[in-house]
Amino acid sequence: MARINEYQGKALLRENGIAVPEGGPAFCAEEARRIAERIGAPVVLKAQVWVTGRFAKGLIRFAQSPAEAYEKAGALLGRMVNNFPVECLLVEKRLAVAGEYYAGIIISDTRQRPEIIFSAKGGTGIEEIAVKYPGSLARTSVKLSDGFREYHAGNMIRKTGISGAAQRSLADILVKLWKTARRCEARSAEINPILETTEGQFLAADCRITIDDYAVFRHPELGIDIAREFDHPPTELEKIAYDLEKNDYRGTFYFIQLEKCFRKGEKYVGFHGAGGGGSMMSMDAIQRQGYRIANFTDTSGNPPASKVYRAAKIILSQGGIDGYFGSGSGVASQEQVNSARGLVKAFREEALGVPAVVRLGGNMEDEAVGLLTRYTEDLPGAVEGYKKDDPAAFCAKRLDELIGKAARKSKNQKRIEYTSRDLLRHAKVPREFKTLTGRVVFDHDRCASCESKICIASCDCGVLRLNEGLPVLAIPAEKAARGGCTECLACELECWFKGRKGAFVELPIPGLAENESPRQPEQDQGARL
Amino acid sequence: MSILIDGTKKVLVQGITGREGGNRTRLMMEYGTRVTAGCTPGKGGREVLGVPVFDTVEEAVETRGEIDISVIFVPAPLVKNAALEAIEAGIRLLVLIPDRVPIYDVLEISEKAKEHGASFIGPNTLGLLSPGKATLGMIGGRAESARQWFEPGPVGVTSRSGGMTASVAYYLCRSGIGLSSIVHVGGDAVVGLPHPEIVRLFEQDPETKAIVMFGEIGTSQEETVADMIESGEVTKPLIAYIGGRQAKKGTRFSHAGAIIEGESGTWEGKVERLRNAGARVVEDFSEIPRVTLKVLREIKTL
Ligand code: SF4
Ligand code: SF4
Repeated sequence: MARINEYQGKALLRENGIAVPEGGPAFCAEEARRIAERIGAPVVLKAQVWVTGRFAKGLIRFAQSPAEAYEKAGALLGRMVNNFPVECLLVEKRLAVAGEYYAGIIISDTRQRPEIIFSAKGGTGIEEIAVKYPGSLARTSVKLSDGFREYHAGNMIRKTGISGAAQRSLADILVKLWKTARRCEARSAEINPILETTEGQFLAADCRITIDDYAVFRHPELGIDIAREFDHPPTELEKIAYDLEKNDYRGTFYFIQLEKCFRKGEKYVGFHGAGGGGSMMSMDAIQRQGYRIANFTDTSGNPPASKVYRAAKIILSQGGIDGYFGSGSGVASQEQVNSARGLVKAFREEALGVPAVVRLGGNMEDEAVGLLTRYTEDLPGAVEGYKKDDPAAFCAKRLDELIGKAARKSKNQKRIEYTSRDLLRHAKVPREFKTLTGRVVFDHDRCASCESKICIASCDCGVLRLNEGLPVLAIPAEKAARGGCTECLACELECWFKGRKGAFVELPIPGLAENESPRQPEQDQGARL
Repeated sequence: MSILIDGTKKVLVQGITGREGGNRTRLMMEYGTRVTAGCTPGKGGREVLGVPVFDTVEEAVETRGEIDISVIFVPAPLVKNAALEAIEAGIRLLVLIPDRVPIYDVLEISEKAKEHGASFIGPNTLGLLSPGKATLGMIGGRAESARQWFEPGPVGVTSRSGGMTASVAYYLCRSGIGLSSIVHVGGDAVVGLPHPEIVRLFEQDPETKAIVMFGEIGTSQEETVADMIESGEVTKPLIAYIGGRQAKKGTRFSHAGAIIEGESGTWEGKVERLRNAGARVVEDFSEIPRVTLKVLREIKTL
């Protein structure tokens, strides 16, 4: 659930007609001073962080004068709260309180409808209040085609014993809160408290709104750059991973860094799962072996090889890991050959130096495991692949054994001299075409002397054909670029082992330093196929 | 017997001309599903794997006669339209495969389905499979592997984890336990037919003798199943595993959730509710086949 800050939430409420206290966001102490000056009355300074009980934690302060606001803002800004620095304060006019109420909206999975909750008693401790005074609570679910109208709200509030003008004002707020939630597709939205001033005005004194991750794409106006709930500000790698995912709808890729500062030998492994349920069990298995998990990664939903490749590259770029553990449900319905190819390409390019154990059980597991182990034999790190009858616990144990072995004989490690990435650099007659997220390049100089022409037969999608003995596109270039070439990586890998090393699939990962596009070949660059 | 799908049901594939739609149609047909029509707006008149493609669902129904089920393989933002179209054309069961369908879209689909007496599986589902009969969606990936992995028999499987659906089913079959149907209810917070609805169907299916449920933390599906056992609505033995024990206790995203749901949604809460109701809760995943075998012996089904 993508969370938005209180000040952003209040802006949404205001747009939908709900009164909020006078004020605005301040990103530095001077700004806080200016807002306090403009208000010309005592103010409250509220740190914009997602925690409950801000008042008790000293994250809400009062100031009598602009000078005091300046001073208190300086003390609050930059404080660390749950891994997040306080970067913004909401500076608002302090109000005289006559009453506090609660209004919330949530989506009920059992009723499959939005549900609206109102409490005649609001403020801190609302959950306890709800238990203690059930009579002060009213709830109703909304039929989307009917909507939620003033009389629905009035009938609801009535049950808590509120009538007359107060009922009318509160009903108005409830209806507008519903409109806000519906418009921005909120998973939850709440105002706590709705504040009644001594002058009889009703305002939203605090609010929390979370947006449906899956609907964020329809709401650029909300300015959410990562539609996920993180318990820390997104790291550089997480941003890189997220940006990749934004532009590729095939399958899903999820990457979270659990640890950043660790070194080799500290028993951290890179984790690459497939599917939430199986990943959870697999992480448990590796933790039982005494390892810690550097990152959580999930590629599932039948991802193409290119997505698995990028995920693996990002995992490996963390450095410092002692091993690579790939394990999902064990019996995957997705085509495991794609996963295997993605891993092989990443392992080769990174000249994998640590052991890797990958559980590739499921659809096409024999081909997948064969490919994974055969094509990584020359790498310094040992790579083992397992199938559906090999439990996660066994695979975790294998990884532990391999890591132990690697530590004992680290001196005479094999090295690989040349990777397919270098190939692009030295290509004499490069010919290329675009794919959905990258490009395929052939060095026709090498192809000319190639006997196997294995690239053609390896391309199951029928994207390639021979023209005068050289591989060229068999389908229109636009079609290849729109997904006709599935980025399965078969041509590159098969060519590397059975051809003349003349094929390379370039899949950029913007922002990943090691992956900067290799130097373009000098002559004749980028000629189209 | 089986629930929801067998070889007699007539199936429509929406989005049949896409990459996933085409591949999965092949799997379904090779496994024994009667795919009678496909639908992709703007591509009417073509054929995919010998299946005629229509521009609209209504046209497909008019031309091919009544259709029982529609399997939807269109991009997530288009799922709502495709689903509403199928429901209004009179199709009573939908399978919404895509992931990332906005939740308000799901709520709208749910409302329309209720009005028309239709139901749906998913979204974010691998689908379902009745061993030896037919399948909807992508469980098994290929017909050949699905045939090797799953055997018909007396146990119904319902799962909230996509990846684990095939795993649970495979490990059961490997231990000699056949299955009536395998259902992935979908991984999202709101799904059309959650565990309680699938368990109810297994309860009504005369050939299902026991039920295996792979639950997860979050939502109140497993708690509702516990209620059903307690009230006597579910009488068949139920073996349950709840994933997500290791997940750190999720911080609630709002007070509203806590006010409404109370303790439901946590691993401990679910395990306790199910145990108290009389379900066999298995804490080690690899124990599921052994415990299931034991239960089948107890009820003399083996
Ligand atoms: S196999 Fe490699 S070297 Fe041979 S023709 Fe194909 S791309 Fe060129
Ligand atoms: S050209 Fe063919 S073999 Fe190469 S990546 Fe594309 S689809 Fe795969």
